[in-house]
Amino acid sequence: MTFKLSSRAVLGLAALAAGILVADLAFAQTAAPAAAAAPAAPAAPTFNKGDNAWMLTATVLVLLMTIPGLALFYGGLVRSKNMLSVLAHVFYTVCIVTLIWVIYGYSLAFTGGSPYIGGLSKAFLMGVNADSQAATFSNGATIHEYIYICFQMTFAAITPALIVGAFAERIKFSALALFIPLWVTFVYFPIAHMVWYWAGPDAITDAAKALAAAATPEAKEKAQAALDAVNADAGQVFIWGAIDFAGGTVVHINAGIAGLVGALMIGKRTGYGRELMAPHSLTMSMIGASLLWVGWFGFNAGSNLEANGGAALAMINSFVATAAAALAWMFAEWIFKGKPSLLGMISGCVAGLVAVTPASGFSGPMGAIVLGLITGPVCFFFSTTIKNALGYDDSLDVFGVHCIGGILGALGTGILVNPALGGAGIMDYTIGKIADYDMMAQMISQSKGVLTTLVWSGVGSAIIYKFVDVIVGLRIVPDKEREGLDVTEQGERAYNM
Amino acid sequence: MKIVMAIIKPFKLDEVRDALTSIGVQGLTVTEVKGYGRQKGHTEIYRGAEYAVSFLPKIKIEVAVATNQVDKVIGAITGAAKTGQIGDGKIFVFNLENAIRIRTGETADAAL
Repeated sequence: MTFKLSSRAVLGLAALAAGILVADLAFAQTAAPAAAAAPAAPAAPTFNKGDNAWMLTATVLVLLMTIPGLALFYGGLVRSKNMLSVLAHVFYTVCIVTLIWVIYGYSLAFTGGSPYIGGLSKAFLMGVNADSQAATFSNGATIHEYIYICFQMTFAAITPALIVGAFAERIKFSALALFIPLWVTFVYFPIAHMVWYWAGPDAITDAAKALAAAATPEAKEKAQAALDAVNADAGQVFIWGAIDFAGGTVVHINAGIAGLVGALMIGKRTGYGRELMAPHSLTMSMIGASLLWVGWFGFNAGSNLEANGGAALAMINSFVATAAAALAWMFAEWIFKGKPSLLGMISGCVAGLVAVTPASGFSGPMGAIVLGLITGPVCFFFSTTIKNALGYDDSLDVFGVHCIGGILGALGTGILVNPALGGAGIMDYTIGKIADYDMMAQMISQSKGVLTTLVWSGVGSAIIYKFVDVIVGLRIVPDKEREGLDVTEQGERAYNM
Repeated sequence: MKIVMAIIKPFKLDEVRDALTSIGVQGLTVTEVKGYGRQKGHTEIYRGAEYAVSFLPKIKIEVAVATNQVDKVIGAITGAAKTGQIGDGKIFVFNLENAIRIRTGETADAAL
């Protein structure tokens, strides 16, 4: 999410200021009676149909990422006897999270409360209607809150869906059905709140203006307290100053570490390392990865919340970083394993998308290419050498791609946001311009965001897995695992030929 | 009568069929099979997971012919399926006791 004030918005503000000035002059000259004096009140935020249209589109693009994009990407990577189980896991996750989101998820993530979790003031979408507005990153610009709710809903849905790749081919459906609601409630909503919740640009700017306008020391003190209160009305990681444009921490590190914990707690697949577990359809996986890439423009450029230069920056970064990472993974594999595989390319593609997610609205395009070039080989190394050395069975490399890629992206964002490196800088709404960049401070903030996510999700997920194991049992029995989850859990098979 | 069973490379099937048709063979049964011989297998790598694939896909054809046709059939298959590379396959010949055409009840050579 960007804090860059778009040039259009600057122009708009300038025009507004000029308009008020002209109105004042006219008022003074003609000395007309009071009617025109009313504009002293701040102008009501305006809906921009372009912004709303873009966000409607971005929202369905993110849904496309999950179903069928992610589902096919994962489904193609498992054996044919488990194809439907993976598709079912992803589809179930989307549906259950969609409902939880409107019942209490949105409220817990995106209303004020504590720095760690929001309140229940918007549970059941209380008080929200078709006229409600949600803040963007520009002063005086809003989008319809229903769209914002749906957009964030798709993020809440894809994040737990990413985890299912880690324990694919051996988890009970009942365990998954219980795990997903618990995980989003106790892990996703708090992290989303901590990283993304804030009062919005108008609240900060208004409070800053009030402070500037305060004449007496007492009024200044009062205005300062009000500004501090507005700044404190945000998530803890946000308050630390960590930036995460579209979810490097919230989505990818969060899901990645939960996946690793799950793979460790559920244990290896029967026959892992001894039997052939080759992907059953890399064709499906290629279609899925490509849909992920297409949908990811909604994810990254949509996270700008407005159809402006910030969205354009996120879009170009999501092109170049992804291409760079796909090629970098492919060449690394070509050099170290002898062949440039398609699976390597599409894995690098996803890793690049993951890494550019937090950086997409902050980095410049050349910085994004560097990020992609680094991410490809590092994720390749983690998903192959490190995984094999440590011996854990993260079936579809949720940790190696999403957690490692997310960490590289989150830390890389702290460097690449630097305007001196072509980055967009970080907007300071109290002074209304880009803040001075301090690499040390920014990297400390970014690291705190990464560590908070790792610890919260790692520990939280472990507790939830344990709980689910006690209640329904996590793992399917070996006989059923051998037969395949499609027939034993779903009662159907993917290919009747 | 004899059964000629041949294991051949999958992409040679059409050439073998044409060669057999041209010498008057009236029918053929084809099965997709896996196996290994001197060609051994190969290695597949999926994100660093290396699998030694020891059984390679082949095509098995079975053709029932009159005894005096066997050499011609073997010649046709050999000519069409040969690439000179390792893994071209093998031909096995069995004795066939009888053959019956289900529709007419004809037996032996008349049923082929």
